Amino acid sequence: MAMLKQTLAITALSLRSIPERWGPSIVIVVGLAGVVAVFTALLAMAEGFQTTLQATGRTDVALVLRGGSSAELNSGLGRESATLVKQAPGVRQGDDGQPLASAEMIVVAELMRPGEATGSNIMVRGVERSAFALRPQVRIVEGRPFQPGLRELIVGRGVAQQFTGVRVNETLRMRGSDWTIVGVFESGDANESELWADVEVAQTTFNRRGFSSVRLQLADPAGLQAVKDALDADPRLNVDVEAEQEYYSGQTRDFRKSIGMLAGVVTLIMALGATFAALNTMYAAVGTRAREIATLRAIGFGGTPVVISVMIESLVLALAGGLVGALLAYLLFNNMAVSTLGANFTQVVFQFKVTPTLVQRGLAIALVIGMIGGLLPALRATRQPVTTALRAA
Amino acid sequence: MTRTGFVLANLMRKKTRTILTLLSVVTAFLLFGLLQAVNVMFSAGADFVGATRLVTQARVSFTTSLPMRLLPEIESIPGIKAVMWQQWFGAVWQENTQLFFFATDPARLHTVYPEYVMPDEQWKAFEQTRTGMIVGRILADKYGWRIGDKVPISSNIFPQKDGSKAWTFDLVGIYDGKDADWQRNTNLGWINYAYFDEANQFGSGMAGTFTLSLADPGQAEQIAQTIDARFENSPDETKTQTEKDFNIGFLRQIGDIGLIVRWILFAVFFTLLLVVGNTIAQSVRERIPELAILKTLGFTDRSVLGFVLAEATAICAIGGLVGLAIATLIGIKIGGSGNFPIAIDHRVWITGVISIIGLSLAVGLPPALRAGRLSIVDALAGR
Repeated sequence: MAMLKQTLAITALSLRSIPERWGPSIVIVVGLAGVVAVFTALLAMAEGFQTTLQATGRTDVALVLRGGSSAELNSGLGRESATLVKQAPGVRQGDDGQPLASAEMIVVAELMRPGEATGSNIMVRGVERSAFALRPQVRIVEGRPFQPGLRELIVGRGVAQQFTGVRVNETLRMRGSDWTIVGVFESGDANESELWADVEVAQTTFNRRGFSSVRLQLADPAGLQAVKDALDADPRLNVDVEAEQEYYSGQTRDFRKSIGMLAGVVTLIMALGATFAALNTMYAAVGTRAREIATLRAIGFGGTPVVISVMIESLVLALAGGLVGALLAYLLFNNMAVSTLGANFTQVVFQFKVTPTLVQRGLAIALVIGMIGGLLPALRATRQPVTTALRAA
Repeated sequence: MTRTGFVLANLMRKKTRTILTLLSVVTAFLLFGLLQAVNVMFSAGADFVGATRLVTQARVSFTTSLPMRLLPEIESIPGIKAVMWQQWFGAVWQENTQLFFFATDPARLHTVYPEYVMPDEQWKAFEQTRTGMIVGRILADKYGWRIGDKVPISSNIFPQKDGSKAWTFDLVGIYDGKDADWQRNTNLGWINYAYFDEANQFGSGMAGTFTLSLADPGQAEQIAQTIDARFENSPDETKTQTEKDFNIGFLRQIGDIGLIVRWILFAVFFTLLLVVGNTIAQSVRERIPELAILKTLGFTDRSVLGFVLAEATAICAIGGLVGLAIATLIGIKIGGSGNFPIAIDHRVWITGVISIIGLSLAVGLPPALRAGRLSIVDALAGR
């Protein structure tokens, strides 16, 4: 009980004296703000990418690609195969009595970012009318849908925001053909990184007969395996079947890995530097208060309360730094839209997401550094013989 | 005691503080070196290819293949020395490792890329072996492939005539780069186009992209325009640019790496400025009476200023150079493994040294000026 009282007394003393030596104290705060800001911002990028792709695609929609393709761009299915796939058992019937399925074709176009001379690959997706039924989250927010049979495009909001030349009424030139942008659509997921057109028109224009993929609406949400088995058993087909959501989630692995590695290396090195800075600050703090600490010891305060109070000071400063860093990352980067190359060699537009979990992890790192930064100086403070400390000052 | 000795003695007065500050500077410049190398790889990293080659791709995107029938038309354009083509194979090694493999004509590859160094008999073997393939040194080392091996590679795009996507190639050559930059990029594999084109299910005639070597690099722009003009308004419109621009464009699609690096380095250096600046300022504050005594003894304002600045510079320079040196060693280790071709080379060192000078001035000058302006009477009186 006495120890607790002592600890509280010394801690209050040291915390209240921080403003008098704010110079060194601010080093810890800024140092850790830097570490946490960089850590949070980098992982917010990975988080945003993952959120966008995981939100894309549903578990009750099956995506069918040619066997071994792994991405829609690599895949190709002939007209006959596409028709066979659509007639698989377990596919829900639409209002017209036809299977609720969409055969789609991918081509890639190059668009420019504002102020940049090199183009970026953007996915152009030729879709059937049922594509909209399979993706109820897609809705037109500006202009109108494309008209079947015409060379018209609707553009995803992400593409519209990041790239030039795709506003409504502008004309996009692809392989010697002119396409009019007639609308902008929103979906809140990776579909927004695409341009959509009527698949029949796209096929004739680009001189392609087949499709890239077929999406099937499952009659039973758990019926994926049955559809898979049926298609695998058909000797006329060589296809891979997976849940649409799984397909998109699978694409996040490489990006997460590389960003995670970058964040890991950068945070580790920065944390090391911040630890040295924190040690420096706390040694200085203990140094300037050597006489004060010795006096306290002389009048009967124990060693442990001194150690604890130094640790608490260090932790408080570290936590303050961590919070400043997380706040900075949030203010500067949260919801910032960027894009990177996805699995189909095309751009995926996504937003930074500073999540509570990331902030927590950042603060944990700050506290660990604060703890290390406080421990050694605290031990030194108590180890020094009282008489030496009193005389030295 | 010499002046240098005096500066060093002052630094060693508080050993813990000096060492901790030095270590902070070391870590900051270690990070600087590594990140700057990544930045160079993404921005200037394409410099080494030179400007002697053009790449002709489909105007819509490089993922769309150009047909082979463009070849004679391109070859007939004056100023072009040699033309090769390369088709992306979509190579997959074992379960899920994507590799950069292209199908090409061996003899043309040899002509257009003299920077690939390989014994003549291996070039000949590549030309004569239909199922042959050659790979760069990095790739061969990484997967332990030796000449004579039969290597199973599957394609995620091209099935063979029987529908199987599992291909097997005979490794007939391993090439090196002509210098360190090229060596770091020996991570490609090449297979024989003639065999590929005949054996794949989709029939023939698709070339992918064309790479042209020029007689006179000065004509690059004009030749590029001539080519693109020739195919304008055809179903196969082209976009021709120098190989360097093509590479830069590809890397830039991954993202604005430069921007990310600049943000991180901004955070690092802002922190560093504060850490080192605070330490130096504090050590000057503690020594104000001593500095006044120095002046009383006859040291000029300028030499006292010099002492303090020298201390700051010593910390930044020693820490900075050690940090860059460690980064260089790590770079050699990582870059050599081929997973991530970074190199902490002269470009990184030059920016590093400039940063060291800038940092020294930023942290050293304010306390140095203060020390220089110090009035003896006030300082001794503790005012």
